[in-house]
Amino acid sequence: MSGAAQAKTSRLVLRSNPRLGLALGALALLVALVALLIAQPTLAERATASDFQARLQAPVTDHWFGTDVLGRDLLARTLQGLTLSLWVGTAAALLGTLVALGLAALACLGPRADVAVGLLVDSVLGLPHLILLILIAFALGGGTQAVIIAVALTHWPSLTRVLRAELLQLRQADYVRLSRRFGKSRGYIIRHHLLPALLPHCLVGGLLLFPHAILHEATLTFLGFGLSPGQPAIGVLLAESLRYLSAGYWWLGVFPGLGLLLLVLAFDRLGNALRRLLPPREAQQ
Amino acid sequence: MLEIRQLALDFLCYRGLWHSETIACLHDVSLTLTRGEVHAVVGASGAGKSLMAQALIGLLPGNTRRRGELWLDGEPLDAARQAALRGQQLALIPQSLAALDPLVRSHRQVAWAAQRAGAAAPRAAAERALAELGLVGDSARRYPHQLSGGMARRVLLAMATAGDAEWLIADEPSVGLDPRHRDGVLDQLRRLADAGKGVLLITHDLRHALRIADRVTVFHAGTTLETAPAGAFHGRGEALASDYARALWRALPDNDFARPAAQEAAQFA
Amino acid sequence: MIRLLGRRLLRLGAVLGIVALAAFGLMQASPVDPVDAYLGPQLAQVSPEQRTLIAERWGVDQPAMQQFRLWLGNLMRGELGWSRVYNAPVGEVIGTRFLASLPLLASAWLGATLFGFILGVVAGTREDGWADRWIRRYAYTLASTPTFWLAILALLLFSVTLGWTPVCCAGPAGVTRDELGLATRLHHLLLPALTLSLLGVAQITLHTRARMLELMRSEIALHAFAQGASRREVAWRHGARHACLPALTLAFASLGELFGGVMLVEQVFAYPGLGRATVEAGLRSDVPLLLAIALFTALFVSLGNALADSLYRLVDPRLRVVCQ
Repeated sequence: MSGAAQAKTSRLVLRSNPRLGLALGALALLVALVALLIAQPTLAERATASDFQARLQAPVTDHWFGTDVLGRDLLARTLQGLTLSLWVGTAAALLGTLVALGLAALACLGPRADVAVGLLVDSVLGLPHLILLILIAFALGGGTQAVIIAVALTHWPSLTRVLRAELLQLRQADYVRLSRRFGKSRGYIIRHHLLPALLPHCLVGGLLLFPHAILHEATLTFLGFGLSPGQPAIGVLLAESLRYLSAGYWWLGVFPGLGLLLLVLAFDRLGNALRRLLPPREAQQ
Repeated sequence: MLEIRQLALDFLCYRGLWHSETIACLHDVSLTLTRGEVHAVVGASGAGKSLMAQALIGLLPGNTRRRGELWLDGEPLDAARQAALRGQQLALIPQSLAALDPLVRSHRQVAWAAQRAGAAAPRAAAERALAELGLVGDSARRYPHQLSGGMARRVLLAMATAGDAEWLIADEPSVGLDPRHRDGVLDQLRRLADAGKGVLLITHDLRHALRIADRVTVFHAGTTLETAPAGAFHGRGEALASDYARALWRALPDNDFARPAAQEAAQFA
Repeated sequence: MIRLLGRRLLRLGAVLGIVALAAFGLMQASPVDPVDAYLGPQLAQVSPEQRTLIAERWGVDQPAMQQFRLWLGNLMRGELGWSRVYNAPVGEVIGTRFLASLPLLASAWLGATLFGFILGVVAGTREDGWADRWIRRYAYTLASTPTFWLAILALLLFSVTLGWTPVCCAGPAGVTRDELGLATRLHHLLLPALTLSLLGVAQITLHTRARMLELMRSEIALHAFAQGASRREVAWRHGARHACLPALTLAFASLGELFGGVMLVEQVFAYPGLGRATVEAGLRSDVPLLLAIALFTALFVSLGNALADSLYRLVDPRLRVVCQ
């Protein structure tokens, strides 16, 4: 059939390619993030400058998101909080991916190690995420580092499962066996066969960890276990807002959360869109 | 009369991350099916026979483009008409046993099929269709995984006949069956044709198709090469027009010319 | 079947053991001194001798392994310790608090599962149809929404602006739990439960939808369409049948997330349940309570996971035969 069927390649115009949307979205996100970084110094100043003349102002042209109880600009504080979330999320996602990769490699060493890693995965999944987060944050005594470590240590199991399955499959793959038969060294095989195959999974897996990491950072902080109340983190802003909600200062509760939602949504969509480009076996999780 | 006129199908798919391309699967497919006949479509696996069946009932995958025309009884068979006639006049006997819902008991699935075809008393129609194929009592009430291959095939056949459709498209209805069950299924199709229905028998097995077929269309590499009466498959195949059909005929183990013909066929395949 | 059950129980025991060890280890690693935390502001009034006495009685001065054995022994005998924050035995605190959270958990679980399943089936009926597009958008947005923020929004809209539901707590101030009428309780429960089930919906919907798409592309669906079935009929007759087990499994497997959600919602609505007790225990260093809650929730969630795994064997006809 392959011989007779006429295969006609036609390069479609970019406009008609549905994957263009993904590329444009990723670009827009990147631009927004860079803009956020560039605006950092101005934001930091605005976020801490209190103005007692303008306390608890509803959104106006000067302050798009309104002001808080000390008259600080809520927009600047929200953006600052998001920046903080980004850093914490990046660090936690990176750390979580490394842990997942390490444990997946460990699981492939032998049947006993595999059982041990499986049990560890089950144990972490057996405890509500939030409880584990609180326990770890409690053990580390709070602070930015504690949050990063706590979030990283709660988010590796699902990625570990994916990577372990992929590694086990790769090890049995014909080209890897052949390579071994030809006497290639372990290092060569890892560098030339295993890492290139695993890298996309790590990237996408890490990218998908990221929105979760941000959400959990905010959650932990909201409950009072994470970043200190002085830092303009989203969780802190929202926890503070609880006190003023019943008095009708709605903007304090609405805008920081909205910013967080948009950030998480953007990265979640990006990660999932990229995952769909991976071979279908892994796309099923 | 059911007619396919110069049907062509293209698949649209991605190559790599960015480029998309179309791959032609079928081209210039033409055949006719009349009431009371068994028309066999014979060709190697992957030649696109099943796609033709799906095009006939109007259920092609989303990434396909169809060209060409379908006619039924002198009127064009467009998507709306296909949707209206599906189950009631056009019935498909699918190739795969996976078409049975594993979570539903067989007799219920047949009753559903009858109901979808518009039967007034679906349960009775189902019982009748199953009984005609020798599936009664407990064996009709089993879940699909509890059925043997032969029984499952007969359930599929019962689902297609329960609605009393006039046109039956049987996609490899006897694949994977032992000789006794295979002959049973084929004989049932012959009986249906004798009762006035049009049966399109899609198969890769020329020898068994010839047992019941009135006409045979040879399918190769996405197109119909020729349509010949079953009688043309005789002797050394002198009555056949295309070399491929002749090679296919001579490749059958019953024929004396098995050895050289097989090589000839391989050349074409 | 028995062997399978035995293996499950063994694994459950191992998981609980690891959780206990890890939780205890984390508490040990904490910079918070349990005795100081216990005494709290009274620390100044206690002499060093008294302090040492308490430490000795608790065994804090002993090596960590010894302490762990002591704690585990007490645990086996059912002595969970004394909660400083609530000034009551830990077992009692967990009991009453869990009972208070139970209606919230149960209604949210039921609501999320049912609603999520129906939305998933509707979305999966026609891929990329308008219903699918909107339900998908809704689910993706919800999945990215911080739980507590949704609770805040709900509070703002229904309690503050519209005034339909109470702003806080499980009942009006100054009324003890026993005096509350059913209507009052339900009134206070309504918004937290609704918020929580709204959040749980996303996951079940997306999962059910994925299963539905799988089925709608399968030979089963093609065959049904060939018989003249409509999309809706295929979706509800075949799709819902195939998707309901995975949905239920997921619902059981996501009890942990539900519990996390309960903690946050209780925090926002100041609802006195187990979630709020957890936060209080963590913030005010009530180590015995925190440890006991960790173990209790681990048991709760692990049982849910085990149940999810076994469900298939009980319900799916293909697997049922193997068990008989």
